[in-house]
Formats: sequence, structure tokens, C-alpha cells
Amino acid sequence: MSFAFYLVAGLTLAGGLAAVLLKNTVHCALALTVAFAGLALLFLQLDAQFAGFAQILVYIGAVAILIVFAILLTKGSETPKDGVFSRSWLAGLAVAAAVFAILGWAVLQSAHVLPHEMAVPQVTVLQIGNALMGRYVLPLEIVALLLTAATIGAVIVAMHEKEGRK
Amino acid sequence: MTPLTAYLLVAALLFAIGLAGALTRRNAILVLIGIELMLNSANLNLIAFWRYGPHPEALTGMMFAIFSIAVAAAEAAVGLGLVIHIHRHAHTTDLDKMNRMKG
Amino acid sequence: MIGKPIFEMLDQIFVLLQHWLVSFLPAVLRPAAGVVLGVVAIVCLYPALFALTTVLERKGLGRIQNRIGPNRVGWLGILQPVADAIKSLTKEDIVPKSADGVVHFLAPLVLVVAVFMGYAVLPMGRNMVLVDMDAGLLFFYAMSASTELSVFMAGWSSRNKYSLLGAMRAVAQMISYEVPLLMSSVAVVMIAGSLSLTKIVEAQNHYTWGLPHWYIFTPWGLAGFLMYAIAATAETNRSPFDLPEGESELVAGYHTEYSGFKFALFFLGEYLAMFSISGLGTTLFLGGWSAPIAVLGWVPSWIWFFSKVMVSIVVFIWMRGTLPRLRQDQLMNFAWKFVLPMTLLNLMVAALWRFLGGGWERWVFCSAIVALAYVGLGWAGMRQGHFGPRRYRYAE
Repeated sequence: MSFAFYLVAGLTLAGGLAAVLLKNTVHCALALTVAFAGLALLFLQLDAQFAGFAQILVYIGAVAILIVFAILLTKGSETPKDGVFSRSWLAGLAVAAAVFAILGWAVLQSAHVLPHEMAVPQVTVLQIGNALMGRYVLPLEIVALLLTAATIGAVIVAMHEKEGRK
Repeated sequence: MTPLTAYLLVAALLFAIGLAGALTRRNAILVLIGIELMLNSANLNLIAFWRYGPHPEALTGMMFAIFSIAVAAAEAAVGLGLVIHIHRHAHTTDLDKMNRMKG
Repeated sequence: MIGKPIFEMLDQIFVLLQHWLVSFLPAVLRPAAGVVLGVVAIVCLYPALFALTTVLERKGLGRIQNRIGPNRVGWLGILQPVADAIKSLTKEDIVPKSADGVVHFLAPLVLVVAVFMGYAVLPMGRNMVLVDMDAGLLFFYAMSASTELSVFMAGWSSRNKYSLLGAMRAVAQMISYEVPLLMSSVAVVMIAGSLSLTKIVEAQNHYTWGLPHWYIFTPWGLAGFLMYAIAATAETNRSPFDLPEGESELVAGYHTEYSGFKFALFFLGEYLAMFSISGLGTTLFLGGWSAPIAVLGWVPSWIWFFSKVMVSIVVFIWMRGTLPRLRQDQLMNFAWKFVLPMTLLNLMVAALWRFLGGGWERWVFCSAIVALAYVGLGWAGMRQGHFGPRRYRYAE
């Protein structure tokens, strides 16, 4: 494996670890952005340019900012007095460790049946567009409906209630 | 270790980190951050299998990952809207304090 | 034409220079060295243009405001950027004690890096693009979306309520205008058939009766260009959308607590963003490096590209000196209720244009739809102009 892969994977994992371990919530959100950027670079290493740029545009350009706005609107930048980890943190950590153990064992056990290096797929944006309008047009329309519903729902849920009902 | 195994291990580790974050932090927004990490690791798995799988020209993995990015963005928006609404009601986002169903 | 090979050589002079310089190295290093040379050229050229633009802006604004502008340093003040550079390099770098050190330091770096990355896909002349990507436009927008986070980082880490207010306003404005910016360029992508910026320029490089096929000369292209220009002005926080950094409102907005070189980096980042978004606008709508009339095709292509970018910059400066500032809620209303529906309608008009075939019908039909939409949406937006006492909604 190349040095670039180790560097980018290390960056992603460091960002993920920082995102769940840091005390200040805004720092966690910024570390999450680093993890997103690292993942976008991993996608680019896997020759998925469209997915990589869409990851940067959607996750770093929109989701990270959404999280940061929510932190500021809920006064999340003040550190709570009783610490940032819940009382049952040991159970959560044990569950996560067990999940990683199972997944890692499954991956390493089946390493000999997984496919090896293939030729680099030459995928152009034209092919993605044709696929979206051809074979995947139904998921595209459903995702459009889902995004509309999510937009309207998020606005209604987060909206101020009317004066009389307060 | 083949490249595919390396990518799958990175994705598994990132998933476990996200799960640990979602299960152990008190702030509701950090739980959502953990969920975003888990979704991203699943995307990495999809793209890795697309790249090293038998039929990359069918674009299945890439399409799945793109739709997953769109759905995750929508779910983050609704989730954060809910957190803001709950904060307005309970004046806290601390999950350990929200242990009663009665408002 | 006499001397045609000379003009072709002038057109490709930078490419030939690059090949000549790279030929001194062994064949293994040549591609990497070529790219490095291109990067060095971009990193040297655009800050130099930035220096020229600061003088142009200050003199231009001065003339619009009936005063002279800087005229002490050098002939007509043209060496003013040198004085500014010396000042910002030697000024004391003050960081507030309660500021978040790491984030405060990283914010201008993230801004400048993200903005410089956008230049990699702009075709600055025939064969003069640094990286010819298949999804070039998407890459450009991804890089421009990354600048929003640096604005927030700057505002939040300063622990200053003016900075935070300015940062929130700036981020809200940039996000609202991101969607019309993308949608107005989707129409161009639809007609050109590719996300690659070189192919978009080549699709506009044809001439009918001496006039070019630039997209701005079509009804949907004109509407798209106007929407793109509005959204681009808002994305780079320029007047009339500069409430986040309005000096009379918020001290200096999100870069209040920055001094010396870091402030110079923010300033540089803002102007570089202006250049790169004007460059993209000329590539998408104004034909990139192609000449305005066919007979002028002998002038080198890079001269046309940079002239068009400088004309856009002059229009930016002109708008800054002339138009009053928009209030935050007026700005957001404008984005979501006027610009976004216009861009969506523009998409449909562009599709109609494509499928109505050649001839005069499509001109009349598409122009009529665009003009009616503009008048209709404008009338609907102006209708609720109740000028009574203002109702306040407080933040919670």
C-alpha cells in the first residue's frame, strides 16, 4: 500500500477520533470536517472523482456548517459541569470494540476470497448522468421527494411556534 | 494485505469510532456526529467494493454512495432540527438529563 | 494573413516556455515539473493582479466618491500596494487572550488554500489549463464551498460578539447564494453537454456572421449570467451584499480580531475569490478565451481571458461605489424568493431553447418567457412593501 494511502487514512482516523473525544463541541465539529476531507481524498484515491467532489460539496460545504449552526443555536459551546461522557460510557466503548472486533475478523478471514486488483474503471460524468436518467431514475425521483419532505419537515420542526400557543 | 482489505479495515475502524461516539457522549449533537461518521464509513465500503469488485462499469456502488450522501444530508438536517426544538423545550441538550417521558 | 505564425506563437507562448524549461530535466520528472511550473505561475500572477486591483479599487472608488484616492506613493499612487505590503508584514500580530489559538491561526490559511485550489481548473488560454478535469466545474464549486467554513472559524475563534455576528451573517449569506450560483451554471452544462471547463469554452468558440456563440448572447444565457453575477457578488461578500463586513455596522465583521499578516491573508483571500469567480463566469458565459469577433482571432487567447476578467472586476468596483448595502433579511429574501425561482425557470428555458431547433422562433419564445418571469416575479416580490412600523422577531 502506498504512503499516500497511509497518510490519508491516518488523517481520517485521527479526525474521527478527535471528533468523538474532544471536550469543546465546536472543536469536535471541525475535527469531523477533517475526517470528511480525508474521506474525500480516499474516494479520489479509489478513482471515484464524482463521489469525492460530491462528498466535499455536500458534507464539508453543507452538513458541517449545519452541525456548527446547531451547536451555536443550542449553546453547545459551553462545557457541561459533569463532564462530556455519559455515565454508561464503558458499556458503549465495549459495544463499539466488540463491533470492530467482529468486522475486522470477518474482513481478515475472508481476505483470500475477496477480489484483487482490477483494471482502473474509466468512469466519466457522462456515464453517471446516463445512469441517473436511465437505470436509476426511480431512486433519483424518490430521493428528490425525500429531500423535499426533509426540507419542509426540518423547517416546521425548528420553526418558532405562533405567539398564542406559547 | 490487499488494497481492498486495507480500505475495509479503515472503514470498520471509522465505523467503530463513530459508534463509540454515538453511544458514550452526552450532547445530542455529538451523537449525530457519530452517526455521520458511521454513514461515511459505509460509503467508503461501498466505493471500495465498487472499485475492486467484478463489474465497476455498472456503476452500482458509485450510485449507491451518491444516494447515501444525499439521504445522510437530509437526515442530518431533520435530526438537527429536532435537537433545536428539544433544546427550546427542555433548555438542555444533555441526554443524561432527558431520562423521563413526561415533559 | 501576414505574420500569422507569429501570432500563433504568441498565443501559445506560455505553453512553449513551459515545455522549454521542462526539457532541461530528465523525462521522468517532466510531467511533475510542468505542473509545478504552472502552479508557480498561478501563485505569482494572481497576487500581483490583486496588488494592481487594490490600487484600481481605491482610485476608482475615490473618483466615484468625488475624491482622488491614494496618490503619494509612486506615480499616481501605483506603488501603494508595496506600502501596504510592508505595513502588513511589519505590524504587530495581536491575538486576543481568550481567543481559541489553533482555530484562530488556521482560519486564514484554510481560506487562502481553498481559494487557490479553484484556479486549477480555469482555462486561461488555448491549452492553458492546469488540470483538465472531467468534472472540473464540480471541483471548482467544491473548493468554493470549503471557504465558508473558514469564515465561521475566524468569527467563532475570536470570542467577540461582533465577529461571531459577522461570521453567522456571512455564512448564512454564502449558503443561501450557493444554490442559485450552482443552478445558473447547470443551464450552461446542459447545453454544452459536459462539466469540463475546456469543453464549455470550446463549445462557445464558434462564430456566425462574425459574432460569437457566447452563451451570454442567448436569452437563457443573459438571464443566467445576471443571476450568476448576483450570486457571485454575494458569495464573495462584496457590496451591495457586504453586510457581514460592513465597516459602519460591525467594525470589520469576522476579521475584526485579525491584524498584520493574517488580515492581509483574509484580504488576499477575498480578492482571489473575486478573481476566480469572475474567471469562472467568463468561462461559462462570456466565452472564456475566445475573441469577441472572428476577425480579432489573431490576438492571443490569454489576453482575451484576462481582459474579460478585468472588465468583471471593474464592474464589481463600480457596483461597490454605486449601490447601497442590502439589509440581511432583504438579502436572504432576494435569494430565496427571486433569484432561485428565476434560475429554475432558466433551466426550463434553456431546455426549450435546445429542443426548439434553429431559427427565429426559439429567440422570440425564450426571450418572452424570461422577460415575463422577470416582470412577474419582480411584481410579486414588490407587492408586499408595507411601509408601516416594522415588526421585530427576536432571536431566542
